[in-house]
Amino acid sequence: MKPAEIQAYLQQKLDKQIEWHEGEKNTGDPWAIVEPDLWVDACQLARHDTELAFDFLRNLTGTDRPDDGKIEVVAHLWSYVRRHAFVLKTTVEREAPKLSSLATIWPAAVWYEREIFDLLGVEFSGHPDLRRIMMPDDWVGHPLRKDYTEQADYRGIPTSRPGYVTAMPEKVDE
Amino acid sequence: MEFIYNYLSGLELGPWATSILFAMAVLVVAAAVFLVALTIAGFLVVVERRVAGRVQSRIGPNRVGPFGVLQWLADGLKLFMKEDLVPAQADGPMFRLAPYLVMVGVFAAFASVPFGMLLIASDLNVGILYILAITSVATVGILMSGWASNNKWSLLGGIRSTAQIVSYEVPAALSILSVVMLAGSLQMSGTASSPGIISSQGGWPWDWYAFYNPFTLVAFAIYFTSAVAEGNRTPFDLPEAESELVAGFNTEYSGMRFAGFFLAEFANVYLMSAIATTLFFGGWQIPAVSLAAQAASFWLRLVGLAIFVAKAAVLCFVVVWIRWTFPRLRVDQLMSLCYRYLVPIAFACLAGNAVYLLVIPAGSTVDNVIHWITTGSFGLLVLVFLWRVRFHIKRSGDRLDFDLLARGEKGSFDPAIQARPYGKFRRRHGKESA
Amino acid sequence: MSEPTQTGAQREELVLNMGPHHPSTHGVLRFVVHTDGEIMRKAVPEVGYLHRGLEKLAESQTYAGYMPFTDRINYLEAMFTEQAYAMAVEALLATEIPPRAEFLRVIACELNRIANHHITLGCITMDLGAYTPFVYLLRERESINDLIEALCGNRITHNYLRIGGVAYDVDNIWLGQLESYLDHFEPIINEFEALIVGNEILIKRMQDIAVISRRDAVAWGLTGPNLRASGQDWDVRRDIPYGAYPQFEFDVPVGPLGRGQAGDCYQRFLVRVEEMRQSCRILRQCLAKLPEGDIKAKVPKMIKAPKGESYASVEGARGEMGCYLVSDGGKNPYRVKWRTGSFSAMSIIEHTSPGLMIADLVALVATLDVIAPECDR
Repeated sequence: MKPAEIQAYLQQKLDKQIEWHEGEKNTGDPWAIVEPDLWVDACQLARHDTELAFDFLRNLTGTDRPDDGKIEVVAHLWSYVRRHAFVLKTTVEREAPKLSSLATIWPAAVWYEREIFDLLGVEFSGHPDLRRIMMPDDWVGHPLRKDYTEQADYRGIPTSRPGYVTAMPEKVDE
Repeated sequence: MEFIYNYLSGLELGPWATSILFAMAVLVVAAAVFLVALTIAGFLVVVERRVAGRVQSRIGPNRVGPFGVLQWLADGLKLFMKEDLVPAQADGPMFRLAPYLVMVGVFAAFASVPFGMLLIASDLNVGILYILAITSVATVGILMSGWASNNKWSLLGGIRSTAQIVSYEVPAALSILSVVMLAGSLQMSGTASSPGIISSQGGWPWDWYAFYNPFTLVAFAIYFTSAVAEGNRTPFDLPEAESELVAGFNTEYSGMRFAGFFLAEFANVYLMSAIATTLFFGGWQIPAVSLAAQAASFWLRLVGLAIFVAKAAVLCFVVVWIRWTFPRLRVDQLMSLCYRYLVPIAFACLAGNAVYLLVIPAGSTVDNVIHWITTGSFGLLVLVFLWRVRFHIKRSGDRLDFDLLARGEKGSFDPAIQARPYGKFRRRHGKESA
Repeated sequence: MSEPTQTGAQREELVLNMGPHHPSTHGVLRFVVHTDGEIMRKAVPEVGYLHRGLEKLAESQTYAGYMPFTDRINYLEAMFTEQAYAMAVEALLATEIPPRAEFLRVIACELNRIANHHITLGCITMDLGAYTPFVYLLRERESINDLIEALCGNRITHNYLRIGGVAYDVDNIWLGQLESYLDHFEPIINEFEALIVGNEILIKRMQDIAVISRRDAVAWGLTGPNLRASGQDWDVRRDIPYGAYPQFEFDVPVGPLGRGQAGDCYQRFLVRVEEMRQSCRILRQCLAKLPEGDIKAKVPKMIKAPKGESYASVEGARGEMGCYLVSDGGKNPYRVKWRTGSFSAMSIIEHTSPGLMIADLVALVATLDVIAPECDR
């Protein structure tokens, strides 16, 4: 099925409006955006519906959009059975982002959601093991956010160092 | 040692003088044996590294001394100069004692290891039993080092190693029993007056105990496998498994303490080879030379020494060769190999040997024919092995390169990629090639 | 947790740390292993030691300038990451890649696949205790390194692909060298199989160990040789063809091959050996069919991809290497996300580990071919 057909099918099955977007010059992948409340239902449908049969969660990640005040969570889905692909997105508030976990639908989502939590700050309810994955457990802040500034030091180790020129000006020949 | 004692008694200096002189002689002989064993262990380290290098298409140490033979001195000096680290939470006395126990366990066995006829520190009449017993002391040392290091991985390594050594003593002892039954004595070297294991064999291969009958051949295989396992060598080196445990029970040791463990392991390799030579391969016996003739002539005894060391060296080489060829067994596979396969087979060999001794009189034609058949079949196995090697070398398009010392005598390495004109392969590969 | 035994003694679970520093060469990984003696209750992987923020770095680099960064995501299969990124950008720009460039990309990628499998197979055997095969395979890999150095100047972090094509052309001499390498290498695979693949001890260490069923593999997102060893017949080169791959004929090895059941460590090992052979086959077809022409399409000097997003995936040596690129019309990418095979492979370890022995954990991690830089980015 083509992505547009999948979107139409999903819309019909969920009985709700799903936004459809395409790239500016019709290049790249088109995607569909669902409401955060429908996120789990849409994914559930995508996984278990026999027409869709998206058994492979290829990618689950997030993008920070401070201009819209949202964080986009995007899932790339693939079906080994039907051989079609789909891009499903949802947007959550940037201030206190919360979303339901997909861990029960695709176990692959467990680590992806940990990464989104760690780097973007989205909290997933129902996640079996939600803790930071890349950064140390006591890190402050979510690095992939556009307005992230690094903390000055981590347990006493400074996170920035003066460059050679500022540190040892006498050794730099003009 | 008996020789020295008899000589001193013969001098008739009185009981005190004899005892003091004898005590001094004991110390001198012990130091000599220890130094000889240490040198052998050191030399084996270099041999292992060179063999490893040649097996892996590289050179190995060749800088220190001619062909790198003094590398062990350089390593020993380096380890000597390293910082002496004892972990803060480690059990101090046990941590410090453990390497010495392991060294004692291995080097004390050298007291009863023959080097040539009449060239043995102490030809105990319970020689092989003494060796088996004293090498068990090393087990205590390993367990101690694993526990005292205050490191969970060292503990695991120590426990695994202890379990392994203790288990593999059973098939080793059983296969040794077969030989002891044949020789009728526990004495390692033996002379004309008190027969020992070597003196009961002969110089020719069919007089050796390895080829006495098929049961002893299997007993040799079992002894060799068990000895390799007792020495914590690959394929049984899980206690020291690098990829999991860094170095197992050795992890927290550095400097001379580590050198103690290290040298003990290599001395053990020589020890197991020397024992196998003694028990199974005729020791210092020279073909077509009788015991009396060898006892009378100094030069023949020297030849006997050379023969013994050569046989032990071949076995050492096999041990090293196996290390760089095989991956390691997992701990439960190792234990199941011991208890479910080696022990029953060793018992079967023992029983078979006993029946053989009962049924077939020693020295009869049947006996000799069985010796020749066993020797012949082993020779056949070796030939089949060499033929398979040649087959595989040909099949992979490789070539045999006997450049053992890596001197580049055979010319430079053929580069795998060579410049070739483009047009040629256009025509060659016009159609698909599988 | 403590449990009382029959005699009343306390029995505790041993928590071990296979720390970030250890000689098992998969990068800086850490496992917290809860064991009961030798048998594990579970092994929890901890990653992030090699997190270098390569995704965030993309937001401050230009599209063309980010290419060297892509090498560092997985330095052993750098050509694949470069290709995934280049394909993602080219999808947004809708550029036509010249055929010669596509062929050169395939040559580079397949050589890289062979080189990567050398390291993987060597590390598997080394972790299991046989040090020699690793050294043999490194020796063979030197020839590939020489070829790639002649091609683009670097042995590892190549920076060979560009948006729109490749950077450097090949000449007849290089092609002749490639052909002589293939002639030299194909019998070596036979030698490897004779010496190492059939080794009884290796088989005992890997057969029926850590079986990952097909359902688990698909559900947990395993890709590449790991997925194929579990029995799923899937290869991005064949099933979602990209580049010049539709023009080549090659087999895709799917487990079970030879001995053992689908999804065990031995199958993951065998699949990679067979893949090397198939890569040689593709390379020979490349040599026969290499077209003339440009090696790079015309792209603007300062690339500004139109607004939108694309996801491009290639069949990397470790699994599906995917690049998700979001563009907002500017000269830097807005968001780049790397979907790597090692990330999914690490996530399945906690699920597969209960009941294994510690030695089997090593075999599992080695055969899943996890490397830390790809997992952590």
